[in-house]
Order: sequence, then structure tokens, then C-alpha cells
Amino acid sequence: MISSIKIPAAPELSYLLRLADTCLISGQRLGEWCGHGPILEEDIALSNMALDLIGQSRALLTLAGQRSGESFDEDQLAFLRDEIDYRNPTLAELPRGDFAFTILRNLVLSTWLKLMWERLRDSSDAELAAIAGKALKEARYHQQHAADWAVRLGDGTDESHRRCEAALAQVWLYIPELFEDDAVDAAATAAGLGPAWSQLQEPWLAEIGEVLGEAKLAVPPAPTFRSSGKRGLHSEHMGYLLAEMQYLQRAYPGGAW
Amino acid sequence: MTVASASRADSAWAALNEVLDPEVPALSVVDLGLVREVIEHEDGLEIVLTPTYSGCPATEVIEQSVLDAIAAAGLGPARVSMRRAPAWSSDWISAEGRRKLLDYGIAPPGPVAADGAVPIRIVGRRAAAVPCPRCGSARTERLSAFGSTACKSLHRCLDCREPFEHFKPI
Repeated sequence: MISSIKIPAAPELSYLLRLADTCLISGQRLGEWCGHGPILEEDIALSNMALDLIGQSRALLTLAGQRSGESFDEDQLAFLRDEIDYRNPTLAELPRGDFAFTILRNLVLSTWLKLMWERLRDSSDAELAAIAGKALKEARYHQQHAADWAVRLGDGTDESHRRCEAALAQVWLYIPELFEDDAVDAAATAAGLGPAWSQLQEPWLAEIGEVLGEAKLAVPPAPTFRSSGKRGLHSEHMGYLLAEMQYLQRAYPGGAW
Repeated sequence: MTVASASRADSAWAALNEVLDPEVPALSVVDLGLVREVIEHEDGLEIVLTPTYSGCPATEVIEQSVLDAIAAAGLGPARVSMRRAPAWSSDWISAEGRRKLLDYGIAPPGPVAADGAVPIRIVGRRAAAVPCPRCGSARTERLSAFGSTACKSLHRCLDCREPFEHFKPI
């Protein structure tokens, strides 16, 4: 077994990893739909979005590696970190659930990412700004895809509406984590690296509210529960996800294509 | 020196014109607007590429094909570098590239909307239909926003009934 790498506790590095891991773990979950989509076109669509997200995370992990002061590369960061060093918000790692759950989570996360990329185009880090310029174009397509389906299913049959309602209630528990600030956000804002996550809340609510209204889905009440994935404290699902994702590199250290 | 340099870069461009995209093999990497620059350094040529999609699985293959083509043309040592900004846009596909796409049966992309001016389009505000690349009919419908690759969407013509792909504006 190859030993895990440890991540230095630098706030700006955490800021990059939070974003990179959100993309990577969402991509990993979406990839699970390959061969399981409700129709062939959706199988392909979800796999394509997974590819976009994993591509974005590759660029971000490469950048994070360069900024870590430890010369880690994208593969080491993806395959040799333990759960506690993964910084995605918990929402990204939840099991893919049914199609309604995947669509509502995609709606929430793609809208969040789109707003994030828009702002990161002005980052003081030129490489991060370049990654954002590219990723923004992709996130717009992801958001459109999720919004189309949310409306179609939310304002669909009794069954599709019921499933969307249940999925939204589940997703909503993990929303506060997407908009709460801590020392990482303060450091990123001070350095001009990117926005504090709380700055995304207002525009996010406006766009999500518009889609949910059209989808005949009521905005659920604010939860009291607080998830903490972005601080390395994950749900019970994260370990299983990493075990599958990291298996090959752990079993065959240094293995390459 | 200047004359020799110019001709070596020109030869490189000519060689790149023959490097086909692995996923849309009707178009060269030049037609697609992937080649930003060919720079001559003392120790060899530098080919500057801009990737199309963050997760495009063809990126590495394209890099290798570019290097192989330069080597096959006998243009000496070469390396590929990636330039991310400004991000690749389908507006960079050449007129020649658009014609080749259409001949290949893929509807070429329309112009990309002005940046930031893309609100979420909720049912009822449908995008304009893409003309059928086979019969030219404007009566078509979109089946899926994601086709065989991330850069294409899937459509159907309501007149000639043929399914076809559309290279998405991005």
C-alpha cells in the first residue's frame, strides 16, 4: 500500500481544494449513471457532464498542487488524499439517488458553480481566472440541463412531482454549507483569489427560486442541520466513494496509462 | 535566418492542417481553431493549443498527433503548450471548418451569445431550431443537449426524419 499524502493547512490552498473537490466528487457521482440512465440520451448527457467536471477538477488540482509548496500533481491529490483532506461540501458526495435527486442536486450545484466561475474570472490568480473562463461556458450548459428537467419533472406527473419534492427536501439540508464563510473565505477574499462563498447566496437564491417556481416546487424551510464536508468532516458515504475511486492507485502504486 | 524561420512556421501550419480531430475527423485542428500560434525557438518549434472542453478526452491524443505530424514533416524538435485564456469558443471554427462540418452531416454552431447574457431558459423560451444539415429544413427538434461528445447536441429533422448532430455554440 502506498501511503497517503498530507495537505498543508494553508487557507488559500483549502480554497482551491474546496472547489476542485466539489467538481471531482460531483463528477464521480455523475459518472455512476453511465449505463444506468433512465434513457440513453440521459445516460450520455450525465456522463458528458461528469467528464466536464472531472476535467475542471484536473485543472484545479494541478493548480492547487503548484500552489501547495509540495509539488503534488493532480493524480497524487486525487488518489492519495484521505477523507479528512477532501474539502468538498457534503452535498457533492451523497449517493446519486434516483433521477430526481440527481437532477435537483445538479441544479443546486451547477447554479452555484456557474456563479462561482463568473466571479473567479476576476481572480488575482491568472491561471484560476483562465480555468474559470473555460468552466463557466460548460456550467451554463449543465445548469440549463438541470433546469429543463426540474421543470419537466416537478411540473409533471403526480409521481415525478412527489419524487422531486422528496429529493428537494433532502438536498436542502445541505444548502447552508454552500454559503457559510470561515477563515478560508476571509483569506481568499483578502488575497483577491475569489469570492467568499456567502457572496453567492443572493444571486443563487434568485435563480433557483425562478426554476423552482416554474417547476411548481416550494422552497423548503431553512434547515437547522449543518454539514461540514468542506472542513474535512464528511458523511458516511465519502469513505465508500473514495475506496472505489482510489482503489487502483492504492493497489498498484504509481500505475499509469 | 528570417526567411528560413518563416518557412519553417509555414510548413508547420501546413502540417497542422492535416491533423484531424479524433472526434470530428472531417476537420483539422486548424479548422477547429485549436492552434493559437506556432512559435520558433532556438531549440525547436512550440505549438500553442487551446483545449475545447475541460474534460475533452481527445486532448492528449490531439497533442500527440500534432507532435507526430511535425516530426513526419521533418521540422525538427517540437513541443506543445496549452493556453487556456482566452477560453476556446466555437466562434473560432473557420468558414472552411463550418462548411466541412455541414458536409459531414453536423449542423455548424451559430454565433455565441454575448458573454453573461445567457439567462436560464425555462420551458416556453425555446432556442431557435437548428436547420437540418441534410435537407435544410428549419422544422427540427432537439432530442438531447448532449450528443456523442460534450461538444455536440442531438437533434431530429421533422421533414426528412433524419437524426443529426449539432456542434454547440460555446
